[in-house]
Amino acid sequence: MFIINCPYCGEREQSEFKAGGEAHIIRPKQPTELSDDQWAEYLFMRKNIKGVQFERWVHTHGCRKWFNVVRDTSNDVIKAVYKMGEKPPTK
Amino acid sequence: MTKNLRVKTSKFIDETYKVSFKFNGTTYYGYKGDTLASALLANDIHLVGRSFKYHRPRGIMTAGSEEPNAIVQLHNNTSRTEPNVRATEIEIYEGLEASSQNCWPSVNFDIGGINNFLSPVLPAGFYYKTFMWPASFWEKYEYFIRKSAGLGKSPTVPDPDIYEHKYIHCDVLVVGAGISGIIAAKTAAKNGFKTLLLDEKSYLGGSTIYQNSENFKISNQISSSWLEKEINEIKKIENLEIKTRTSVAAFHGYNFLLARENLTDHLPLDQRKNKTRHRLLKIRAKKVIMATGSLERPLIFDNNDRPGILLSSAIEKYANLFGVACGERNVLFTNNDSAYETAISLFQKGINIEAIVDNREEIDSKLIKETEKNNIKVYKGYTVVDTTGYKRINKISIMQLSKDGQKVMGSKVSITCDCLGISGGWTPAVHLFTQSGGKLKFRDEDQVFIPDKYPSDQISIGSCNGDFTLNEILSSIPNKLKDFLNIKKTDYENLEVYSSFNKSKRNIWLLPSDKLIGKTKPFVDYQNDATAKDIKLALREGFRSIEHVKRYTTTGMGTDQGKLGNMHALGIISETAGSKMGELGTTTFRPPYTPLTFGTIVGRNVGEYFDIFRKTPIHDWHVKNKAKFENVGQWKRAWYYPKDGEDMHEAVQRESKAARDSAGILDASTLGKIDIQGTDASEFLNRVYTNAWSKLAIGKCRYGLMLNEDGMVYDDGVTTRLDENHYIMTTTTGGAATVLGKLEDYLQTEWPELDVYLTSVTDHYATVSVCGPNSKKIVSQVIPDLDFSDENFPHMSFKNAKIGKIKCRVMRISFTGEHSYEINVQANYGKSVWEKCIEAGKEFNITPYGTETMHLLRAEKGFIIVGQDTDATMTPIDLQMDWIVSKKKYDFIGKRSLYRSDTIKEDRKQLVGLLTENPDDVLEEGAQIVADMNKSPVEMLGHVTSSYYSPNLKKSIALGVVRGGKNMMGQKLIIPMENKQINVTVADPVFLDKENKRLNA
Repeated sequence: MFIINCPYCGEREQSEFKAGGEAHIIRPKQPTELSDDQWAEYLFMRKNIKGVQFERWVHTHGCRKWFNVVRDTSNDVIKAVYKMGEKPPTK
Repeated sequence: MTKNLRVKTSKFIDETYKVSFKFNGTTYYGYKGDTLASALLANDIHLVGRSFKYHRPRGIMTAGSEEPNAIVQLHNNTSRTEPNVRATEIEIYEGLEASSQNCWPSVNFDIGGINNFLSPVLPAGFYYKTFMWPASFWEKYEYFIRKSAGLGKSPTVPDPDIYEHKYIHCDVLVVGAGISGIIAAKTAAKNGFKTLLLDEKSYLGGSTIYQNSENFKISNQISSSWLEKEINEIKKIENLEIKTRTSVAAFHGYNFLLARENLTDHLPLDQRKNKTRHRLLKIRAKKVIMATGSLERPLIFDNNDRPGILLSSAIEKYANLFGVACGERNVLFTNNDSAYETAISLFQKGINIEAIVDNREEIDSKLIKETEKNNIKVYKGYTVVDTTGYKRINKISIMQLSKDGQKVMGSKVSITCDCLGISGGWTPAVHLFTQSGGKLKFRDEDQVFIPDKYPSDQISIGSCNGDFTLNEILSSIPNKLKDFLNIKKTDYENLEVYSSFNKSKRNIWLLPSDKLIGKTKPFVDYQNDATAKDIKLALREGFRSIEHVKRYTTTGMGTDQGKLGNMHALGIISETAGSKMGELGTTTFRPPYTPLTFGTIVGRNVGEYFDIFRKTPIHDWHVKNKAKFENVGQWKRAWYYPKDGEDMHEAVQRESKAARDSAGILDASTLGKIDIQGTDASEFLNRVYTNAWSKLAIGKCRYGLMLNEDGMVYDDGVTTRLDENHYIMTTTTGGAATVLGKLEDYLQTEWPELDVYLTSVTDHYATVSVCGPNSKKIVSQVIPDLDFSDENFPHMSFKNAKIGKIKCRVMRISFTGEHSYEINVQANYGKSVWEKCIEAGKEFNITPYGTETMHLLRAEKGFIIVGQDTDATMTPIDLQMDWIVSKKKYDFIGKRSLYRSDTIKEDRKQLVGLLTENPDDVLEEGAQIVADMNKSPVEMLGHVTSSYYSPNLKKSIALGVVRGGKNMMGQKLIIPMENKQINVTVADPVFLDKENKRLNA
């Protein structure tokens, strides 16, 4: 069980949070103009990386805020945490 | 009759405190401080159990938690019975009752022992190979296999003990209180770190504390005396917490560890009342120091499992710590210097040693010289090739080893003995380290795996790091601690250490024999009866991965997880397959390190606390009126209210009829309620529901359907516009939390520009729903100031009102198809409003109804229940609810998915009504629906989702999903049941009042 540094509340146990899958997948503004394949790309396709992954988490049992986490899925080391709308760290 | 093998007073044993206990029905005596194992050995009892597969007699093998053989059942046939307890760990107390496992009728005469003679036909994979054919016989085989499976017996009555969980946060956690752990804990604590020191034993000091010999000295004191002073000092340090009898079970990432603190298992039963038995510690440590020590390896030779064969270090511990001799004619067999430590200890205690057999030919250390000085015969370059003695070893045969260690030569020498100590060197206890994600490396010189890469802020010190000698430990620890704790100085710099131990070792994983391997039984995993022969067989049959060999041979899969023999299994695989140990890797070490009781795992979450539940504010009334309850999500909901011995069917029929004939009342407080406010609230609803919301007038209600982005129905409910920018949304009972979560997700991540605020108010309001033709008369009595005329208060509208001084929100909405009102009040007034309605409804025979009747009434109207009539594969189109999907709206969640190639298929499963040929036949929910029974295989078209006998229509009705069902109206289908087939006709899912006249009745 790892510790997540919620950008609003500080360090808390993982059990207070819920994972929300890959981050930076933006819902298309005009879904109706997309082909089936394009829509499927948004709807179903996820990278599921072994290694450094950008993910969404929500502090369910805390502030209920969504935010982004950069986590190495192979060892659960969290490299960065940043708020929704903020630019992802490049390094 | 039994002998007394207590040799000399030990300061760890209180000989003034005699303790009586029972083993297999006979009463014995031991002393306070004894383990069950040491007390049995003192009574000259070695035979304690039978092995798992061959039922071979087995004795005590170790003196610690790694014990594979001496596992017993405590307090058989009582509520406190516990199987698979290691005799080497349980401390004796007055009244302890233990018995042998896996034997019948007794450990001395065990019928299952016949398996030992059948062993040539019981090789690895015997069960897999034998019970495969014919496949249809499996059920018969299973019965017998299950009977012989398992070791102990699980209790059959509730556990009377109390367990609890506790969180601990500390700066430094030290696991293991041997010499390394003591030094580490003292150093950390003295430098201001909040430190926690844990050890699984009842005493501190590990094996050094009973190392009472001139051969090991620190600062010119015998090592045990030196350590004793250290222990006395650390007990006084304030920011150091010490917990004994506490074993770490798991080491997870981010330095999160689970430990089991054993508080009462060493107390007599009558002293345990109202005390916590085990405490599960959930430890979060900033830094972890592993000082878990090492485990002595056995040696693998023919018949190496007889009672009386122990690890050499265990014999030393029994002598030094417990003052017990394991035998009167002892022989030690070793490949390293450790056995000589044992020899010297035994000699000091006056215990007889017949001989020492040493693999090594050229050996020259101070320890050996001292041993030889005491006239103990040492056979150098010899190996044990066989042992005899069924229930207790009585003789060993030894032969000379060839130079390469692959063969034996010369003539056999027999040595009579009653106890054989074996020592194959030491294996660092890296189990917890690898659990945490640590990577090991293999050290060729002494063939051990040691920690290499640390995944978190932790270090391993002492023998768990491969530093086995006193010199190595004391010279390496100070620098390691300075680096790790970032401190300048320790109290342990440049200590003068004297140790006679020489590190030379001759490692031979499987010792050679004069017999063919097929004729031998060299046990690798004692508990599971896996031999070197089995491992070789697995390799011959093509298994290569160690994980596969492990599972095929069951090596390391017992309750001891192969703490003794796993390394040998790896060694034998590596030698046989010709691969390098370092490349082969190890099998995965999984938590718990030692078994945990279920009680420890669940803690206080038992009985009514096992799964918390929620009660509505009206709950007490339901209880008082004898409601039966149903679990819905976390809620306890009134299910039905049986009267005068009614069963569920009778009660539901009565309730359903009453609600349509006159009036019914339902506690709907559990429905999820989300308060939605903000200038963009209408736009928000437009985006999350399939239908349009902008034009909903203030004071009006609308039913909404919510989809997932994949177009599948997610939730439904009525939302009311309370004001221009204020809505209250209701959700399904079970979906309340997830719907709020989903809405927040979209609001925060996709549409942060919307001015909308969501608040869960589910618990803040109680909801009383009154329905039926007389509902208006009843609620207008309860709320006399409100104009209930259809003109003022039509269906699907809302009014603010007051009951006396209590503000309430009244919605005229209906889930039953009847004229119906829902009164929402602040939760603490819920019961009083409910009772007012009951009082006012008396003259109309107002009938409280539960969820079952609610389900029946809505099914008569063909209203769906999300999660019952839908699963995550139903679109609104599949539900024949096209009317609720806005064609005009540009977008809403899930819209695009409604015309994906898959969702527009004509032959998707679609919701239909089903009427049985015989109106009295009620279908079973979940039953399959087919069209043609003669087709092979029979094609399954769908299944029944809801089914009831309708007392209002006087016939059976059902809803179901059927492939292409939309276009099958009027068609006959078949529901095949176990003993019959039921013929049904596809019908409109609205069975009652298709014109919705009753809403205004």
